[in-house]
This record gives sequence, structure tokens and C-alpha cells, in this order.
Amino acid sequence: MYTEIVMEHFTNPRNVGEIKDADGIGQVGNPKCGDIMKMYFKIDENEVITDVKFKTFGCGSAIASSSIATELIKGKTVKEALNVSNKKVVEELGGLPSAKIHCSVLAEQAIKSAIFDYAQKNNKHYEELEGFDPDAEEDHHH
Amino acid sequence: MKKRIYMDYSATTPVKKEVIDAMMNYMETEYGNPSSIHSYGRNTKNAVDEARDIIAKSINAKSRDLYFTAGGSESDNWAIKGYAFANRNKGNHIITTKIEHHAVLHAVEYLEKEHGFTATYLDVDKDGLISLEDLKNAMTDETILITVMYANNEIGTIQPIREIGAVAKEHKVAFHTDGVQAYGHQIIDVDELNIDMLSMSAHKLHGPKGMGALYVRPGIKLHNLIHGGAQERKKRAGTENVPGIVGFGKAAALAHENLEEKIARTTALRDRLIDGILEKIPYTLLNGHRTKRLPNNTNISFRFIEGESLLLSLDMVGIAASSGSACTSGSLDPSHVLLSLGLSHEVAHGSLRLTVGAFNTEEDIEYLLQELPPIVERLRQMSPLYEEIKGGNA
Repeated sequence: MYTEIVMEHFTNPRNVGEIKDADGIGQVGNPKCGDIMKMYFKIDENEVITDVKFKTFGCGSAIASSSIATELIKGKTVKEALNVSNKKVVEELGGLPSAKIHCSVLAEQAIKSAIFDYAQKNNKHYEELEGFDPDAEEDHHH
Repeated sequence: MKKRIYMDYSATTPVKKEVIDAMMNYMETEYGNPSSIHSYGRNTKNAVDEARDIIAKSINAKSRDLYFTAGGSESDNWAIKGYAFANRNKGNHIITTKIEHHAVLHAVEYLEKEHGFTATYLDVDKDGLISLEDLKNAMTDETILITVMYANNEIGTIQPIREIGAVAKEHKVAFHTDGVQAYGHQIIDVDELNIDMLSMSAHKLHGPKGMGALYVRPGIKLHNLIHGGAQERKKRAGTENVPGIVGFGKAAALAHENLEEKIARTTALRDRLIDGILEKIPYTLLNGHRTKRLPNNTNISFRFIEGESLLLSLDMVGIAASSGSACTSGSLDPSHVLLSLGLSHEVAHGSLRLTVGAFNTEEDIEYLLQELPPIVERLRQMSPLYEEIKGGNA
């Protein structure tokens, strides 16, 4: 049911952990749906994401989506990270079963949520975040 | 070869060699239609009769009251819908529970939605047991049928069947029980337990898939399930699945040989599993009743982690198990059974069901107890929920 890439990322997830003095932290999902993703970003003065860590409560595809998403944005600028879509996550994983697409959506939301936190703390504005509500009730299942 | 251990006997069981051999004969050599007059037909007719005798005898019933079906779900559907349609002149109310298999729940819901019946879904306590008081209180003048499962497929809890049957008898309503998980694993006497209808399935006791039976007490009226020829006393027409029936008969005969000893052996494996896991791994809880449970069933919730990742990880070390997590059910919510026990969604998502059987050994249990703790710890280390606990925020 899962591709080899998904299984590889589930077995050896990249960037698991926390960053104590993170510049941005985002958490999305809820335990009711069975998945929660939390991402920690370290962002330098040039708006480059120099480090990223994640923690995820969820199924195999949720863990793999988090892992690959962190790889996609590490070393990238905030702007570039905001353009990582769930489609990109699915593509990089070599596909996800249709019932698991929401895991990739969650990964995209986690990135946005962490950057939202960074933007708020640093009084920055990104047009990609317009209308983004990090506390919106997760409705990725519908 | 990589080690592989099967601990999902409640999902299905391996077909035993003796069962396969018995079945093969009725595909290769004795392939006649039991309705035919010639020797080919007579031989298969005898084989069907013999299988029916074995299964009927194993539940202390008469052979003529046992009907072969294509499995447990069909038996449940037939018992409930067939009884409701044939007895609607007596009333329109059905009593069941919130933890039934979907073959029962969805059949009852269908009767409510499309045929004007009403239903009461009894709650269960934290161990998964219904209350007899609740059952009595749910009875109305319109009640015609009580359907309560013998033992739950997820948490293994065994209901007070005899007492439920007694309530049904006293109120003169029919009592159906889904015995799919219990038949062949518990000693069942339909008279002693006041059971009017009992659903059974072959593949839970080393028989073939797609094969089941329904016991129907004399005097209980059901609408016919399949209209056609005279098979199964005209109630379920169609040429008999002879190899399946023969396989079921053989499997039933084997299952009932020294059944008490087998129960004792499986119970010992189960108890070692339950105690071992609860002792070795913190933040765990047993789902289902500790003693009133199937001899093969262990169901434990591991807090802060999700069931599917647990299953994937166990599969990588060769252990086959199942979970009540939503991710494994294809629906949005975790198991309705676990939620009915009062578990939160998070805890229900983190459940693991291990069901052991004839081919499991004590070494298998020790292997599981050795492999599971590091898997749980690895997943917890990745979980933001565990982080909160460690931080003392929960």
C-alpha cells in the first residue's frame, strides 16, 4: 500500500526532534483525527531556514510526509518553503494512497503554521500566508 | 528466511492440512451435486449431512436446525432481517448493543432506515459488558428481537449470554447472538444458554473462508434468504458449497477435540502477553474485561502513538497484528467498540490487537515482548504528545 520511499522515510525519518530556541513553531492536526504534526524552524537573518525538526503523532504516511517535508525546506528561504505544496510532498514520496493524501496536506499546513509563528514574532508579512489560520479546525478529512 | 509470526487469529486462521485434504476430495473425486440421484450426488449429499451433524452436535442442536451460509456476515444478516420481516406483526423493536460487528449494526440500521423498525443500542461499561438492567429496561411491548454478540471481535469481552437469553425467554422475544469469534473457541450449548439463533463462521477455526452457518431454534420463523431450489430446507437455495461445507465440518470436529485443553493453553499464552506488555511498557491499558474475555484476545492501547505506525513497525520485524485505529479502518473515526468503552479518540487510535492461536508458541510471545518495547519507545520519541507528558504539561 505504501511506496518504498514512504517506507524508507517511515523507517528512517529525517530531522526528528525539537529545537529549543526555535524561531518558529507550528502544530497542526488533532488527536481526534489521529494525527498531529509539530515543526520547529531555525531561521537566520536572510530568512533562510537553517534547521528544521519535527515530531508527529500519526500513521506511517503522516510520519513519512513530515520527514520528506523537512528535507524539502531545509536550507531554503521562507518564501521557497511557503511554496512547498502538498502535491510536491506526495510527488516526492512517489505517491500516497488516496485515503492518506490528507497527511501531505497536514505537512504543508505544518510548514505554513511554523512560518506564521515566525512572521508574527518578527512582524513580517508574507502574501502566501494571507487568510491562513493556524488554529483553523483541521478539516483535511472532508 | 525472515521470521514471521502470525498474531491475527481473530482476523482469520490458517486452514489446517486435514481440512484441506478433506476439501480436496470433494473437488477432485467426489464432485457431484448433492441434489443428483446418482452415486456422485449421493456421496456428496452424505458428506453435507455428516458435516451438518458434526456442527449441530457441537452446539447441542439438531441437524435439521442448522443452515449453511456463506459466512458470519450472511448469518447475521439473515438472522436479523429474516426474523424482523417474518415477525413484524408482533412488533417493530429490536435491541442490540453499541459494540456489535458491522454485520449486525448495519443490518439493524437498515431495518430502521428502510423498513420502519426501531432499535435500542445498549451501552457497555468500561470493560465492554452490557448491563442486564439496561436490557430489561429497554424491553417494550413492541420488542421482537434481542441481538447481542457472544464475544467481541476487537476486545474479546464475553457477554453474559445465558442471562441475556433468560431475559429474552421470559419476555418471549427471540435471542440471536453473533458467535463468530466464540464458536470453536468456547463451549456453546444453545439450550443451556437460551440461544434462539447463533451465527458461526468457518475461517475463524481453521476452516475455509466464505463458509458459515446459522442455527435456528425450532419455532423461530425467518423469511427465506435465497429463493430457488430446495437446498437448506428451501430457506437458502443454491447448490451447496460442498468442499466448503466439508471443510467446515472437519474444522469444527478438530476444534472441538480437547477444546477445554486448548482453551487453557491459549489462555496461558494470552495472559503472558497481557501481563508482559503491561509490565514492560508504561502508559498502556488493557481494553476489554480482564477475565471475561476470549482466550486468544489481547487488546492494549499505547498512549501517545498511533496504531497504524505500530502495525507497520511490527510487520517489519515479522509480527502480524491489527489495530482499532482509524487509519486501518478506512474511516474517519477509530473503532466504535473502543470509543464505546469511553476511551478518548487519541487512546483508541493507539490500540493494538494481538490474537493468538494454535500455531503460536511461548517463544512467539517472548519474541513479541522483546520486539515491542523498543518499537513503542521509538514512536513515542517522535510523538509531540509524549513530549508534553515528559514536560509535565499533561
